[in-house]
Amino acid sequence: MSDTIEKVSIVISKGSLEGVYPGLIMANGARMEGIEANVFFTFFGLDAINKAKHEHVKVATVGNPGLHLATWAGGVPGVSALVTHQLARAMEKLDIPPIPEFVEMIADSGAGLYACKASVDLFGLSEADFIPQAQEIITVGEFYALASGGQIIFT
Amino acid sequence: MTTTRLAGTTVEVDAEGFLTDPAQWNEQIAAEIASANGIEPLTDRHWQVIRFMRETYLQTGSAPSIRSLGKTSGVPIKELYALFPKGPAKLAAKIGGIPKPRGCI
Repeated sequence: MSDTIEKVSIVISKGSLEGVYPGLIMANGARMEGIEANVFFTFFGLDAINKAKHEHVKVATVGNPGLHLATWAGGVPGVSALVTHQLARAMEKLDIPPIPEFVEMIADSGAGLYACKASVDLFGLSEADFIPQAQEIITVGEFYALASGGQIIFT
Repeated sequence: MTTTRLAGTTVEVDAEGFLTDPAQWNEQIAAEIASANGIEPLTDRHWQVIRFMRETYLQTGSAPSIRSLGKTSGVPIKELYALFPKGPAKLAAKIGGIPKPRGCI
């Protein structure tokens, strides 16, 4: 095995802002280094490529001890939107794009974007629900075939 | 840091082959680095990206992100990757004689 990484396949399984970004940053970062990349969106991670939802991905303010916010305060209406807004402003300053633009950028960089068939079926979705950059709805078996010869990263 | 001979002159490079002093750079050096990294010949579109990277670095002290490269260099992201398949920001910086970009985006 060579000592450099030539290919990665990244699974994004969560639908919160902090659940989606790490996988996107790793996929984009891989392409920036000339590493081949695939991204497989599963369960609530599908929201990142869902046309109706990808602009509305929010920070989880309940059950997120990293925020150091009392659980009851995290549940107050509007708190999640406020924290998401603050984070979006901080990200814009660092030139980190909003999710819809970021996903498009990653697709343009030549990475493959795929939706998980089991999750698509579970949520009653179809190809029409996804952004055009999402290439295909694939099974887990097809994902493994695509990932062949590279590393798999689950987020 | 080591020195190497590029296009007939001695230049200082880091472990990955990035020039450590942008002032030692010239267009012949650029062509030689490009060819050593699988890019030959350098077209006008390559040069547009390389000059944009270099000028931004010299003016601001840091290389542009891939996002701003796509938005403001005049070369869209898809084409950037077609021109520099092994990483547009990294390679354009290397060919343009500036340090390796440190950004994650």
